[in-house]
Amino acid sequence: MENTGLNKVDLIFEETDEQEVLTKAFKMSKEKIIQEILESGLKGRGGAGFPTGLKWKYTAAEKSNEKYVVCNADEGEPGTFKDREILDKVSNKVHGGMAIAGKAIGAKKGYVYLRGEYRYLLPKLMAELEDFHKMISEIGYDFNIEYRMGSGAYICGEESALFESIEGNRGEPRNKPPYPTSSGLFGKPTSINNVETLVTAMMILKHGSKDFLKYGTNDSRGSKVFSVSGDTPTPGIFELELGMTVQQFVNVFGDGDAKAVQVGGASGFCVPRKKFAETIIGFEGVPTGGSMKLFNSSRSMYNVLHNYLDFFAEESCGQCTPCRVGCQQLLKGIEMVKKGDVKSTYLNELVKLADTMKIAAKCGLGQSVGNAFKSIVGNFREEIIY
Amino acid sequence: MINLTINNQKISVKEGTTVLAAAKQLNITIPTLCNHDDLCVAGNCRVCLVEQKGARTLIASCAVPVFEGMEIMTNSLRVRNARKHVVELLLSEHRSDCTKCYKNQNCELQALANEFAFGDHILLSLVEEKNYNIDRSSPSFIKDDSKCIRCQRCVRTCSELQEVSAISVSNKGANQKISSFHDRPMSSVVCTNCGQCVNRCPTGALVEKTYIDQVWDAIYDPDKHVVVQTAPAVRVALGEDLGYDPGERVTGKMVNALRQVGFDSVLDTDFSADLTIMEEGTELLNRLKKALMDGDRKVSLPMFTSCSPGWIKFIEHKYPEFLPNLSTCKSPQQMFGALAKTYYAAKRDLDPSKIVSVSIMPCTAKKFEADRPEMRSSGYKDVDYVLTTRELAVMIKQAGIDFMNLESANYDSIMGESTGAGVIFGATGGVMEAALRTAYEIITGHEVPFGNLNITPVRGMDGVKEATVKIEGCVDEWKFLEGVELKVAIAHGLVNANKIMKMVRDGKASYHFIEIMACPGGCIGGGGQPIPTNLEIRQNRMKAIYSEDEGKTLRKSHENPEVIAVYKEFLHQPNSHKSHELLHTHYVERDNY
Repeated sequence: MENTGLNKVDLIFEETDEQEVLTKAFKMSKEKIIQEILESGLKGRGGAGFPTGLKWKYTAAEKSNEKYVVCNADEGEPGTFKDREILDKVSNKVHGGMAIAGKAIGAKKGYVYLRGEYRYLLPKLMAELEDFHKMISEIGYDFNIEYRMGSGAYICGEESALFESIEGNRGEPRNKPPYPTSSGLFGKPTSINNVETLVTAMMILKHGSKDFLKYGTNDSRGSKVFSVSGDTPTPGIFELELGMTVQQFVNVFGDGDAKAVQVGGASGFCVPRKKFAETIIGFEGVPTGGSMKLFNSSRSMYNVLHNYLDFFAEESCGQCTPCRVGCQQLLKGIEMVKKGDVKSTYLNELVKLADTMKIAAKCGLGQSVGNAFKSIVGNFREEIIY
Repeated sequence: MINLTINNQKISVKEGTTVLAAAKQLNITIPTLCNHDDLCVAGNCRVCLVEQKGARTLIASCAVPVFEGMEIMTNSLRVRNARKHVVELLLSEHRSDCTKCYKNQNCELQALANEFAFGDHILLSLVEEKNYNIDRSSPSFIKDDSKCIRCQRCVRTCSELQEVSAISVSNKGANQKISSFHDRPMSSVVCTNCGQCVNRCPTGALVEKTYIDQVWDAIYDPDKHVVVQTAPAVRVALGEDLGYDPGERVTGKMVNALRQVGFDSVLDTDFSADLTIMEEGTELLNRLKKALMDGDRKVSLPMFTSCSPGWIKFIEHKYPEFLPNLSTCKSPQQMFGALAKTYYAAKRDLDPSKIVSVSIMPCTAKKFEADRPEMRSSGYKDVDYVLTTRELAVMIKQAGIDFMNLESANYDSIMGESTGAGVIFGATGGVMEAALRTAYEIITGHEVPFGNLNITPVRGMDGVKEATVKIEGCVDEWKFLEGVELKVAIAHGLVNANKIMKMVRDGKASYHFIEIMACPGGCIGGGGQPIPTNLEIRQNRMKAIYSEDEGKTLRKSHENPEVIAVYKEFLHQPNSHKSHELLHTHYVERDNY
């Protein structure tokens, strides 16, 4: 990748003596751990990008004799498959990151909520978890992890719906506040982090936050794992330094005919060719949990949008009005526009509806449907109409 | 105290207050839909969204507690646009055939539509492409999914107030719906037909199954003699549907109105409530006698009351092993019906096959009860049609009666006489109080040792109530009860029934007699009562019940002259062979799903 502006990094999958890192981490005070993570500028790798150090700090500050670390491994965003790879290759680091988070917030118990479709990984993960438990008990540290399986609902990747699911209830998001840091799993203070976030946190403790700060930009520190798919000759998992533009990304991964890149999956943004150069992949531009989907000129953006809306209309939990009905309205709306049953200006009404969903839906799912909708309709209006 | 501003008005409220409640204190109305005073916060309809300064999104005012320095706008442009969208979204999934709807003009969605979504709608109707189901399987109510707005009030009611969970949310996204176990018809799940969900449904998705037209047909049929009975709790709630505030007693007006509607005879369920006390009280004393004097260990104690058909179905589903503990007495409604087609028919020289027996009940489960195969021991159906309080209000309106200006009238005879003991059947604890007034006097020959017969420990809105009455000064026949502390308990709302049943099952309770009513507050909070309902409304109805009792000359069931007469002329004595044939019943074990 020389001369492309893209810097390949090897952090997440780097060969590591986990026992050594954990021994070092467990000797640190919780304040020191949190300080180190805060200084690294690490933001959540699941997509929302909440500063990890702050999440730990808030949870640590809660007074409760029971707290939990939850690893969100319900990787369900269309086009994301990096957590699967991480769990498959370096589950020790995932478990290690959870134990470190536990140390930071004062929790002795962790849960991994594993995507239903990843059940095939479970036997291997359970064996590795057993070894992990042995390892930390050798170090003399007490932390226990359990796995809980998802059952295929996208909404259960939303943190509070995920808690409901673990608790045995229907996976529906809760009202916020209270936030998980004060009332999460089983109503106890909980730090819920993405798989990659936990691994990154562990690797920050291995190398020190200063090392991490060498990578990325002010708003988007470090590197992250991308899941590249769509019209690309080289689909797969790539760990890259943050801060690249979409153009730089396309130069490396495109097939020479990319007309759009969907950054961040169905709930993310569609970047059209004319904005490739000016758009940074990261929190200052378009953030992503890792999903990077390329579309070349053979693709109909109407079909792409229709596919996303179909997905959302099915995967909305259905409890709140803006999301449940809004998704159906957007879907039916573009179908009617396409068929010519309503005027093309009806798209303007749908954009207004998408704006309402952004501010009126109960959780992040409903609030982010408008991202894909507005960016695709905004940039490919003629493809939706004709 | 927390200081905040709402629409630039300052207010100071207690910590933990929601934005919605704070706004209410300022007399600022924020529309709501999924919110209900009796239920936990859902925050899912999004009608109550408001703008919080500095927040990225709007917030659900019903769900968000205030914080210091919070600035709220309830009517900003963003709020107005969002609210209009939300109401239109709800309407787009809702079959808006309002003029055909039973809930027309008593529909919370319709009211919101009037305010926020009049004129042309921008959004497309989604109704036609949905395969909405209409479930008419229950004799008590209809569940019409095409009217459902997924607010989940019914689901919360069924789980929180009743702990039955006959309905729950199933599927997700566009297919999300309120459904039963494996989508079975409501008639073949644990549903008790209590109608509490009907009371709280904001739209016409859950309504009672109405028999108004059948009753009109009977009234207009010259060959039929139509008798009507009115349950105790109806008279303290009917007024709410006819212009009165909650808690108004309209007994006399109601009797007059029923006569004007055209019923041939206007009679009172209170009469058979008094009769129930005689039958059930005797049954209890006999069980106590067998257990305490004869040492019979097979006697099923505690004995449970059997007046509430919602409760009966609950125990049949959930605790069938305790069916022998249920009093074998039919409910007052059914006792009345059985007598109407036997005793009353004979006295009035009528052919029982020509009698149509109608009851006005605060209840939807009574419709189911009337249809039970056990309820036709006279050879005729005890009760032909059951109407709710709400349905009666509709009939009165249909008849063009100026209810508020009606003169009071008295019940017809026979079977129209009652005592205060019969009246208080309508409130939780009432059956217990009525039973104690009579049983204590039978055992000891003197009145219960409570001032003015008011047995206050069994009254009130506590979910589970307990009382102990020490029996002193027994007459010879009941000497074995001398000094016995009679332990009683009362529960209302099936969540509380469940608490008591768990205690009984686990051997943690030593009661002799337990009164259970399926609905919160007892029949005054029944599923057939006027909508809306909340604790304050139920308390007002309860007050009215007790003032009706206080106003009666006769306040003990055994003093009801018509009850005395029916034993003398027809039944001979409580628990007689004839009583058992007509006034008692049996129960069936049901599946628990």
